[in-house]
Amino acid sequence: MDAVRDNWRDVLYAFGLTVEISVLAGVIALVLGFLLGALRVSPVPVGRAVAAVYVRLVRNTPLLLIMLITTFTLPVLGLRPDINLNDWFGIDSHNRMLNLNFFVLCATGALGLYTAAFVCEAVRSGINSIPIGQAEAARSIGMTFGQTLRLVVLPQAYRAVIPPLTSTMIAMTKNSSVAVGVGVTDATFQMRKLNNDNGDQILQIFVTFAIGYMILVFLISAVGSLLERRAAA
Amino acid sequence: MTEQLGLVVLDHVNKWYGQTQALKDINLSIARGEVVVVIGPSGSGKSTLCRTINRLETINEGTITLDGRPLPAEGKALAALRADVGMVFQSFNLFAHKTVLENVTLGPIKVRGLDKAAAEKKARELLDRVGVAGHAEKYPAQLSGGQQQRVAIARALAMDPEVMLFDEPTSALDPEMIKEVLDVMVGLAKQGMTMVVVTHEMGFARTAADRVVFMADGAIVEEAAPEQFFTNPSTDRAKDFLGKVLQH
Ligand SMILES: Nc1ncnc2c1ncn2[C@@H]1O[C@H](COP(=O)(O)OP(=O)(O)O)[C@@H](O)[C@H]1O
Ligand SMILES: [Mg+2]
Repeated sequence: MDAVRDNWRDVLYAFGLTVEISVLAGVIALVLGFLLGALRVSPVPVGRAVAAVYVRLVRNTPLLLIMLITTFTLPVLGLRPDINLNDWFGIDSHNRMLNLNFFVLCATGALGLYTAAFVCEAVRSGINSIPIGQAEAARSIGMTFGQTLRLVVLPQAYRAVIPPLTSTMIAMTKNSSVAVGVGVTDATFQMRKLNNDNGDQILQIFVTFAIGYMILVFLISAVGSLLERRAAA
Repeated sequence: MTEQLGLVVLDHVNKWYGQTQALKDINLSIARGEVVVVIGPSGSGKSTLCRTINRLETINEGTITLDGRPLPAEGKALAALRADVGMVFQSFNLFAHKTVLENVTLGPIKVRGLDKAAAEKKARELLDRVGVAGHAEKYPAQLSGGQQQRVAIARALAMDPEVMLFDEPTSALDPEMIKEVLDVMVGLAKQGMTMVVVTHEMGFARTAADRVVFMADGAIVEEAAPEQFFTNPSTDRAKDFLGKVLQH
């Protein structure tokens, strides 16, 4: 009996959920991270402080703890665990690949919030790599802070930001495995399940899932290098 | 009251960087059309003075008014004020990712709301005026320092500023390029532009300036007509400084 071959559908579904969580968390992380990065260099001291405190706090907290916090405190705050977005999007709640149940939402949100802190730092370091004179010249011709960032600084920082952002997205995808700690049936969950049921094939099962994660990471790297090459042109 | 007369008026301005006082009780009124050369040893506060006038640096005490309007705090109003005050930096600071033409059209299009065709027409006229029309499609890195600085002047002029600030515009240039930039500035002065120019180019001060302001240790130590200042300075600080500069 070959555990992986016999259960290939479950393996695929589990990786599907990993991809779903990574993509959604990635969107949250990139949007929030860029906003925080902009706040971090803004002329408003309160904005800078808020972003700095966010990064400090979130970066220094283990991801699992953040997932536990979202999963267990939201119900306390009145959001019931049977809340999910499946009905909204017409997803069958038994769909294991595409599922937006409460636990997936909490884990995804936590992963996005956590990764946003790293995106913020990548964006900030990219912005700081551009000589200050560029922003001063932009301000001198009357551009607002937003225009200065959007038209002058970010287009130049873009190239510097892609490599660290690629690393951040890779780390995030692998970090999605932590979601198994709050009962999400992602790839890592499926791996454990197969291992429990097939103690004799642990090595094959580990290798299979490692390869699965490697493929995802490879795809992210490929997108990263593509963007990097386009930016250089 | 000088406050009514001056286009740019600094009134009892004090500025600190931590413990260092960069500007000490600065009172300066610059009339419309006047060309003021600011001179003084390194670290005397010349750059800070320029940068406070378009509020790239904030001040701690005193007031600065432009055409009777006090400088606004951060935000849209401040951006609007900066559009009226042109600034030329020692290190040019052309937008590295934009062509020469785009450098000059970006402000008029995004800040003044001009359409692209009108902005480009005006930009080409200005580039022609500063003698770099042939380089409009190039990127800044492809130009010499003197050419870049002339583009930077065109970029500032494209906003139709009320006053132009120059912070050591020729200090980063090779000697043979200094003249081409100074010629453009002399031309501007002749056409009646209000200018504040930090420079040690005495030739420029003598031909174009109405007044020389000498700074030391953050304070204005002496103000005089150029000829009088260079031939017969009244303070020891100025004499000492000119003695050192003229030896070279
Ligand atoms: N960003 C800054 N932070 C701290 N000190 C500064 C800063 N900019 C200038 N200073 C200090 O302020 C004083 C005046 O500097 P500056 O205006 O650049 O002089 P200048 O242009 O005449 O050489 C100097 O003592 C300088 O060290
Ligand atoms: Mg200086």
